[in-house]
Amino acid sequence: MTVINPYIPFLSEIVAVIKHTEIEFTFRMTYSGEVKPGQFFEVSLPKFGEAPISVSGIGDGTVDLTIRKVGKVTDEIFENYVGDTLFLRGPYGNGFDIANYKGKEIILVAGGTGLSPVKGIVDYFSAHPDDCKSFTLLVGFKSPNDVLFKKDFEEWEKNLNVIMTVDTPVDGYCGKCGLVTQYIPEIPIENSDQAVGIVVGPPMMMKCTITELFNVGFKEENIWISQERKMCCGIGKCGHCKIDDTYICLDGPVFNYTKGKFLKD
Amino acid sequence: MGYQTTLAKINAIFSDLSKDYVIYAPKRFVGDGTFTNIDTIRYGEITDLSEIEFAEKSNYSFKEVLLPISETLFYFTENEMKEADAPKKGAIVFLRSCDLHGLKRMDTIYLENGAVDTYYKRLRDKTKFILMGCENSFENCFCVSMGTQKSDDYDAYIKVDGNAVLVDSHWDLLDAALAGATEASVMPDSVTANNTVVTVPETVPQTLFDAPFWEDYGNRCIACGRCNFVCPTCTCFTMQDIFYTDNGKAGERRRVWASCHVDGYTDMAGGHAFRNDKGQRMRFKVMHKVNDYKRRFGTHMCIGCGRCDDVCPEYISFANCINKLNTLVNDSVKEEN
Repeated sequence: MTVINPYIPFLSEIVAVIKHTEIEFTFRMTYSGEVKPGQFFEVSLPKFGEAPISVSGIGDGTVDLTIRKVGKVTDEIFENYVGDTLFLRGPYGNGFDIANYKGKEIILVAGGTGLSPVKGIVDYFSAHPDDCKSFTLLVGFKSPNDVLFKKDFEEWEKNLNVIMTVDTPVDGYCGKCGLVTQYIPEIPIENSDQAVGIVVGPPMMMKCTITELFNVGFKEENIWISQERKMCCGIGKCGHCKIDDTYICLDGPVFNYTKGKFLKD
Repeated sequence: MGYQTTLAKINAIFSDLSKDYVIYAPKRFVGDGTFTNIDTIRYGEITDLSEIEFAEKSNYSFKEVLLPISETLFYFTENEMKEADAPKKGAIVFLRSCDLHGLKRMDTIYLENGAVDTYYKRLRDKTKFILMGCENSFENCFCVSMGTQKSDDYDAYIKVDGNAVLVDSHWDLLDAALAGATEASVMPDSVTANNTVVTVPETVPQTLFDAPFWEDYGNRCIACGRCNFVCPTCTCFTMQDIFYTDNGKAGERRRVWASCHVDGYTDMAGGHAFRNDKGQRMRFKVMHKVNDYKRRFGTHMCIGCGRCDDVCPEYISFANCINKLNTLVNDSVKEEN
């Protein structure tokens, strides 16, 4: 029996490039296999290396990968994406299971690019608003210039309760300011002990958001988080993403908070 | 089946086997140690069993046979990739009982945890393991505490005593080659006690992760990673791409050994890193070796070879650390009661 070599990436075509900011683009890639929001691909660039990138949208025969230009591999992708293909490996990780959230009151809190791994959930409930009791999307960005998925926000605002805030406003900005945590108490929730919270973002933002969700009565078993780590191989071998007895690439990156709260690097 | 034979006979057999197998064993490299006039004992190819260093512990483990320090995974040119060829020959590895237990830890990570690793499996399937006995415990060994002083999971046990050789074979090829040799009852030498005794705490509460205890290690550890590199159960790696200077369109992807003690291990794009403090890196490694791995896979990862204690330039003792941690755990339990 030949074993499929999990390290060899496959070629995927770039169908479209959506520019959000100077350093954050979404690459729409051909991919026809099964994939869930919150899963990730290793984007592979021969000569430069690989970077784990979460799935920020799932289309018919495509996946979206929203990439921020912050490292060796991503710099190169931005410089040379005109090559119209990228190598991928994956999808890896468990991803979010939409079934866990159906029929519930949902608050989804995301910080910056943390919106990418959960965008598939937002897209789903925006398209199927009757599948949940209510859906609030609360997103924080650094400044109005860092806002991602502007076009999608227009769509989401039709069916969902959307709150967008920025840490630092610029001249001419007339939206909300401040940290995401300050807006949580304002979100109308009928039964907070039944409601679902999904929180993804920088470590400190996640910690403070979860504390605030507890303050308004959320139960820890109803909170879900996604962890970002250095996932080098994506298949439980290289060890870089390990926390305690957990391999983020295999057991995560999505965790129920009852498990996630014990993850200590 | 046990046999008594001669060195000449067994060398002839291994010479024959070397057509299909590369034979690796711990060898003495005279003057090759870190300091002047110091030898080092590490794995290398042998053609004669008299080259094997039976009397001392090897400074490095056998793991580099199955997991080379740097291993090419595939070659790339433009949009084509080609998996690196498997070694043509299989391998025969001479190793001690503790290391044979270490092999199981490597198997667990590379064959069971997630997808099967192609590169590991293709050589592992063609590798035979020959047990070397331990008549005496070496310095810093604590195999008895970790329950790894014995192993029956070998393809053969070989003991060389001058020109006489005792063999216990579980390998039909070797049985066939030894047909006609004097049959004997052969029991592998193994130790029953070590000078170093380690008591592993059953569980370590997370509240102790931030105990001042770890700060001592933060002050002493220089993050050189030697403890990881000599450890037979440290299996982490990092991917590395290189391209050829003569033709920038062609290159290869490799994996190279990585160390959780060395800077950069957790670095993510954008610069965020976890465990910047070296004491926390020690905590992470210790917990992995004697706690986390067991919770996931059922056995401790550490096999008690003590090489990490042999090699540390700062004289940090992993064995002492576990014992101190055990005391700390017991004290914290007493406090709670």
